[in-house]
Amino acid sequence: MSMAAEPNELRDDVLNGLQLSMQLERVWRTPSGLVGALMSVDHKVVGRRYILTAFAFLLLGGILAILMRVQLAGPEKTFLSADKYNQVFTMHGSTMMFLFAVPVMEAFAVYLVPLMVGTRNIAFPRLNAFSYWMFLFGGCFLWISFLFNVGPDVGWFSYVPLSSLQFTPTKRADVWAQMITFTEVAALAVAVEIVVTVFKLRAPGMTLDRIPLFVWAMLVTAFLVMFAMPSIMVASTSLILDRLVNTRFYDSSSGGHPLLWQHLFWFFGHPEVYIIFIPGTGMVSAILATFARRPVIGYPVVILSLIATGFLSFGLWVHHMFVTGLPQLGAALFTASSMLIAVPSGLQIFCWLATLWDGRPVYRTPLLFVIGFIVIFVLGGLSGVMVASVPIDTQVHDTYFVVAHFHYVLIGGAVFPLVGAVYYWFPKIAGRMLSERLGRWNFWLAFIGFNVAFFPMHILGLIGMPRRVYTYTADMDWAHLNLVSSGGALVFAFSFAVLLANVIYSLRKGALAGDNPWNASTLEWATSSPPPPQNFDRIPVVKHRDPLWADSESLSVVAGLSAERREVLLTSLAEAEPQIREASPEPSIWPLLTAIATTIFFIGSIFTPWAVLWGTPPMAVTLIGWFWPSGSKEDEE
Amino acid sequence: MRQTIVHDVSDLPTYGYGPRSGPWWGAMGFMALEGMGFAVAIGAYLYLYAVNPSWPIGASPPDLWPGTVETVIYVLSIIPNEFTNRAAHRQDLAKVRIGLIVMALIGIALLVLRGFEFAHLNTRWDNSAYGSIVWLILGLHTTHLATDVGDTVVLAVLMFTRHAKPRRFSDVTDNVFYWNFVVLAWLPLYVLLDWVPRL
Repeated sequence: MSMAAEPNELRDDVLNGLQLSMQLERVWRTPSGLVGALMSVDHKVVGRRYILTAFAFLLLGGILAILMRVQLAGPEKTFLSADKYNQVFTMHGSTMMFLFAVPVMEAFAVYLVPLMVGTRNIAFPRLNAFSYWMFLFGGCFLWISFLFNVGPDVGWFSYVPLSSLQFTPTKRADVWAQMITFTEVAALAVAVEIVVTVFKLRAPGMTLDRIPLFVWAMLVTAFLVMFAMPSIMVASTSLILDRLVNTRFYDSSSGGHPLLWQHLFWFFGHPEVYIIFIPGTGMVSAILATFARRPVIGYPVVILSLIATGFLSFGLWVHHMFVTGLPQLGAALFTASSMLIAVPSGLQIFCWLATLWDGRPVYRTPLLFVIGFIVIFVLGGLSGVMVASVPIDTQVHDTYFVVAHFHYVLIGGAVFPLVGAVYYWFPKIAGRMLSERLGRWNFWLAFIGFNVAFFPMHILGLIGMPRRVYTYTADMDWAHLNLVSSGGALVFAFSFAVLLANVIYSLRKGALAGDNPWNASTLEWATSSPPPPQNFDRIPVVKHRDPLWADSESLSVVAGLSAERREVLLTSLAEAEPQIREASPEPSIWPLLTAIATTIFFIGSIFTPWAVLWGTPPMAVTLIGWFWPSGSKEDEE
Repeated sequence: MRQTIVHDVSDLPTYGYGPRSGPWWGAMGFMALEGMGFAVAIGAYLYLYAVNPSWPIGASPPDLWPGTVETVIYVLSIIPNEFTNRAAHRQDLAKVRIGLIVMALIGIALLVLRGFEFAHLNTRWDNSAYGSIVWLILGLHTTHLATDVGDTVVLAVLMFTRHAKPRRFSDVTDNVFYWNFVVLAWLPLYVLLDWVPRL
C-alpha cells in the first residue's frame, strides 16, 4: 500500500527559510477574488468568518436584550407590545444559544485547534466550509423571518402544545424548528472535524498527556455535541412533522405526549449548557497558565474533571422538569446528579486557584476576565446547587431567580472567558495587540454592569416576578430593582461597545504582536501572527507538555512532507507516532453550492412536504460534485 | 524560531486503511452521532409505548414479511460486503468493481422492499402517535439506506473511470464500513418495529 514518493517531487527537506515559506504559501493560500474567497477551505479563514458572524449575532441578540430591559425598566410601559415582546425574548434566547454561544466556541476551536496540535489544516476542510455556510444561512433565515414579523414567539425551547399548529397557526414555530436543523447540522459537522483533528492530526510526539488543556476541552465538547444534538434534531423534526403533515407525536388525543417534547429537548438542552461552558474552561486554563507564568496545577485532574462533567451532563436533564409531576424517586435521583456535577467543576476551580496562588500572576486584561469568570461563575454555581433541590426549584421555577442563575452561569462561565480569549488570541489572529487601557475599561464596565444587571434578578425572582412577562403593575413593588437592572444592562452593553471600538482601533493602530507576545507555551505561538496559510513551514515535534517553555530558542520539526501539494501528517491516536502523509483538500466551490441546495431543501420543506422530493436531487448533484475527484495530483494517487 | 529537523517522514505512505486513516475516523464519528439519533428515536418509541395503555394504537402490528425478508438480506449482504472489503485491501480492481455492483444491486433491492414495508405498516403517520413514531424511525433508517446506496453507486461508477486510483480503495473500505453500520442499526429496529407491537 505504500506509495513511495515520486523521486522528483519537491519536498520541504530540500528547501529552507524564506524559499520554503513562499513555496508552501503558494500551495496553501486561498485563491484571490470573490470566487476564491467563496472557495476557501483554510481553517483560519473559515474560523475567522465563523467568529465574526457569531459576534454579529451576539450584537443582534444583545440589542434584543436591551429592548427587553427598556420595556421592563418601569411598570406598564408600552415600548414593546406583548406580541413583539414574545418574539423578542424568543429571538434573544434562540440567537444567543444557537447562533452565538455554541458557534462562537466551535469557531475558536476551528481557528485554534489545528494550530495548537501543530498541523496545517483541520480534518475535512470542505465539510468545515460547508458547516460555516449552513450556520450563516440558518442564522440569516431566522433573522430575516423576524424582520418580516415571522420570528418565533414560543420561547427558546418551543414547548408543545404552545408551539403546536393549534396554538401557533403561523409559520413562526416552523422557522424556529428549521433554524435548529441548520445550526445542528453545522455544529455536528464541526464536532466530527475536531474529534478527527485531535485524534489523527496531532504533531508527532504530542501524546495524550501532552495535549493542551484547551484542546482537551474542545475534544470533550465535540463529543457532547455528537451525543446531545441528535436529540434536538429528532425533537425539531418531529415538531415540524406534527405541524406540517399532521403526525401526532405531541397530540394527546391520539396517543402523543407533550412531556416527550420536554424530555427530548432537555436531553439536548442540559448538555448544551456544558457545550457552552466546557470550552470556556479550556480558555481559562490556557489564559491562566500563560499569565500565572506556570503550567496549570493538576493537569490530569482538570482533564478527568472535563470528562466527568461531560458524562454527568447527560444525567441531569430532568431537573428542568421538576414541576411536571415526576415520580418522587426520579426527582431525588436527578437532584443528586445535579448536585454531583458541581464536584468536577469545583475541582477545576481549585486547580485554577492553586495555579494563581503558586504562580507569579501578571494582571493583563485576559487574566482580569478570567478572575471575573471565577467570581461570577462560582455565584452562578451556588444558585445552581440551590435550584437543584426540588423544594427550592418548585418555589422559584419560571421566575427571575432562574434567569439570574443561568445568566451568571452562561455569561460568567462562557462570555467572560470568551472576551478574555479575544484579548488573548487577537494578537495571533490579527497580528496586533488590543489596547490594554481600553481592555481594562472593558473589563470593569462588563464586571460591574453585569452584576448590577443580573444580581437584582435573584431578588426579583424570590419576591415572585415571573419570567417572560412583558410588563407588570406598579403595585407589585418590582419597579426599583428592574430599573437598577436595566441600568446595569446598559453599562454591560456599553462594555461590548468598548470591545468593538478596541478591535477596530487596534486593527489599524495596535502594537505589532510578533510571534509570541505573551511568552506562552503552546504551539499556536510558534508561528507568525497571523499564521501563514500553511500554519507551520515544518510540522513541529513535541517533547514536552509546554513545548515553547521547554525550549524557547529552537523548535524540533519533521521534514519530508510535500512542498508542491497540500499534505498533512497523520499520527497514531495515543502516542502520536507518524503514520501517513495524507493529501488535504484543495479549495472548492462545492461546499457552498451544497449548502445552498440544502438551504432550499430546508426552507422549502416548511411550506410543502414535496420539497423533500424536489429538494433532494440538487443536494445529491452538489454532493457528487463535491466528492468527485477533480483530477488534481492530490486526488490521483 | 530556529528549526532542527529531527525526523524524516518521506517514506510514509500517502493513504491507509482503517483507524490509520482520517476518513475512517470521520465515518466513525458520523456513525456515533447517527447511532445516537437512532437511540433517541428508539427512546421516543419506548416512551410513547410506556405512556399509552394500548399498543399499537388503533392499528394491527405491521405485516411481518417485508421486514423479515429485509433482515435476511441485510445479514446475508455482509458476505459480499466483506468480499468487497478484502478485494479493496488487495487493490484488486476487477473484484472491487464486481463487489460494488453487487452491493449497489442489493441496496436497490432493499429500497424496493422498504417501499413494501411502508405499505404494510398497517398504519399511517397521521393515525396516532404510534403511526408517527413508526414512520419516523423507518424513515430515518431509509435515509441511511438511500444515502449508502447513492454512495455505493457513485463509487461503483468512479471505479470504472480513470479516477480508479489506489487511494480510492481506501474509500471503498470506508463505504463497506458504513454499510455494516446500516445493517447493525437495522437489527434492533426490526425487533422494535415488527415484534414489540406483538408483545
